[in-house]
Amino acid sequence: MTPLLQVKNIEKNYGARLGCKDVSFDLYPGEVMGIVGESGSGKSTLLNCLAGHLEPDQGEVLFNTRIEGLRDTLQMSEPERRMLARTDWAFVHQNARDGLRMGISAGGNMGERLMAVGDRHYGQIRTQATEWLEKVEISEERIDDRPSQFSGGMQQRLQIARNLITGPRLVFMDEPTGGLDVSVQARLLDLIRSLVRELGLSAIIVTHDLAVVRLLADRLMVMKSGHVVESGLTDQVLDDPQDAYTQLLVSSVLQV
Amino acid sequence: MSEYNFAYLDEQTKRMIRRAILKGLAIPGYQVPFASREMPMPYGWGTGGVQVSAACLMPEDVLKVIDQGADDTTNAVSIRKFFEKTAEVETTAATSEATLIQTRHRIPEEDLSEDQILVYQVPIPEPLRFLEPRETETRKMHALEEYGLMYVKLYEDISQHGQIATSYSYPIKVEGRYVMDPSPIPKFDNPKMEMSAIQLFGAGREQRIYAIPPYTNVVSLDFEDYPFEAMKADGCCALCGADHTYLDEVIIDDDGGRMFVCSDTDYCESRRAAGHIGAQGTPQNQEVSAS
Amino acid sequence: MIEIKNVSKTFTLHNQSATSINVMRDANLVVKPGECVALTGNSGSGKSTLMRMIYGNYLTQEGEILINGVDVVQAEPRDIIELRKTTLGYVSQFLRVVPRVSTLNVVAEPLLKIGVDVKIAEERAKELLSRLRIPQNLWQLSPLTFSGGEQQRVNIARGFAHEYPAMLLDEPTASLDAKNRETVLTLIEDAKARGAAIIGIFHDEAARDRVCDQQIDVSIFTPKAAA
Repeated sequence: MTPLLQVKNIEKNYGARLGCKDVSFDLYPGEVMGIVGESGSGKSTLLNCLAGHLEPDQGEVLFNTRIEGLRDTLQMSEPERRMLARTDWAFVHQNARDGLRMGISAGGNMGERLMAVGDRHYGQIRTQATEWLEKVEISEERIDDRPSQFSGGMQQRLQIARNLITGPRLVFMDEPTGGLDVSVQARLLDLIRSLVRELGLSAIIVTHDLAVVRLLADRLMVMKSGHVVESGLTDQVLDDPQDAYTQLLVSSVLQV
Repeated sequence: MSEYNFAYLDEQTKRMIRRAILKGLAIPGYQVPFASREMPMPYGWGTGGVQVSAACLMPEDVLKVIDQGADDTTNAVSIRKFFEKTAEVETTAATSEATLIQTRHRIPEEDLSEDQILVYQVPIPEPLRFLEPRETETRKMHALEEYGLMYVKLYEDISQHGQIATSYSYPIKVEGRYVMDPSPIPKFDNPKMEMSAIQLFGAGREQRIYAIPPYTNVVSLDFEDYPFEAMKADGCCALCGADHTYLDEVIIDDDGGRMFVCSDTDYCESRRAAGHIGAQGTPQNQEVSAS
Repeated sequence: MIEIKNVSKTFTLHNQSATSINVMRDANLVVKPGECVALTGNSGSGKSTLMRMIYGNYLTQEGEILINGVDVVQAEPRDIIELRKTTLGYVSQFLRVVPRVSTLNVVAEPLLKIGVDVKIAEERAKELLSRLRIPQNLWQLSPLTFSGGEQQRVNIARGFAHEYPAMLLDEPTASLDAKNRETVLTLIEDAKARGAAIIGIFHDEAARDRVCDQQIDVSIFTPKAAA
């Protein structure tokens, strides 16, 4: 089976300071991979390099495109990469404000991605947006409200709907549950998990919350000071950590 | 003799503007940056259009200036006088006699011909501006033809008003490529933009020039189930009786009395001269012959 | 079906002056289809550790653990995930689920994961929940709110939802009343009858004697020096 994403030797420096180095892995269709580490460990840098938001100094990010098979997204032209970003890829930001247009209605926010790939039928766009509101458990009466009138958890769910409405195959998530109440987090986790299963999505989730990866991720990568110190099955890494840092990380957390 | 260089601007500036115009014509709908000059009038009064007109004017040109279709409003009068003084060109109110027409917010009702140039005054040239504030991003969107966002505006219109409520500055796609703001003309005028004359657009404050060459394909954006409609007020001109022209609503007293009149004053007058009379109009033939 | 060859396990505690604890050496074990093997031994002798190693939850340093031909020791994470989805079931002592998910969904999930139709999966889940005497009015609630015994039964229902060819059972009858204990033992017997290879830990000797064909005392794998 061809991996959906193949990452080879990614390295990114900020001047003399190391962002991340020597990161390689394969992600297969339907797999969810978690990247954990403390602030400054390079996990967000890595995610941004993979998603095309940052240009790594070295390495390859090969994506299995629908038509041409594996292609290095870093070598793609910008239009191609942007096209990928609004069709096969999705990016869920920690702060919903970064991923939504706050001045545009919920329906418009979801519709934008559809219209960006050529949908020109208002009724159909509206129907799809309504369906997705239901999937992310937002009342369809709120379709014409602006996200600024939504709670934090609703904004995050709307952001997810906006991202998934075009049926992407790979979703990048940056601390998707960060800054939310615990009860809201649980609901969101459940939602992400069931969407991943129903849609057969592959996902890369960056978080510092081990409980989140325990519930969402099949695989785990632990980062420290820009390097991957350990990777493997999520439950194996958490229950039988091999690296000194991972052991410290796991033991520092209140029961996960 | 005027102490100004012909048409106010110096020759180098006019050449710079002409280059921008030619580039604009070569890439229909693309916003060409240009070094907009300070003009002896405030921004918002047509500084962009005036610079484009100045760069196009020849001594033998006949100039017409309209503001919202009228030849006799302040903006139109002051720009006409400006060129009468600085270029000493002949001016006219008759659309058919003019070789260069500078306009604010309207396209004349009468069809334009191949030997005419229509210059629009543009306040904000970027159709995506209110949706995406970053210029770097909007430029990229144009470059990559990412126009989904433009439809978001229309979507929001329908979801809030049940129809596409945008009635002026209605976005168009030019020659199947660039999405363009037609300046704040009513959408009634959009279909006229496929015309025989050259259309030039100047935005002074925003420092942009863009153009539509003659016979260029111009499509107003819409949805399959909410097609574009060129709308106008329901009624006919009270003076000339026309029911196919864009109408202005005029309040005539403090009791809510009102009338609709053609916004294109020259067109209205020529109709009345030809004997058309609206509900509140008076026959014009005698007046014309008397004066 | 399950074959364990010369398996060793060491825990290294880096944050406690890199103490190395060798907990298992040269473990060997074979379980054929339709067979149930009980792991016995005192507390701390490594029964659960071995079981977790077989499931891939603990990393194995040496040896081979073959499940239906797949070596868990060498396999890529995705191969183990696939193995867990289709071939290898595990009923642990603790229920670990996403908060807010209904009991019915928790039980049906292993079937949904392998693409079974929602209706069929839910039918199967309902059947198991009924057999294990979980009151119907609780099915739509999250099991996290249940009592320990109820959680254990939900966990068993979930473990038996899909008919895995190989199963690991960690104290499946603990804290169950007589009736439910009987149901669980029947489930195990049914699984054996359809050809499942099972490894179990039972403190309940009567249960062990009833369903197990073989007993292995894991303390024989414990390196004496390390204790």
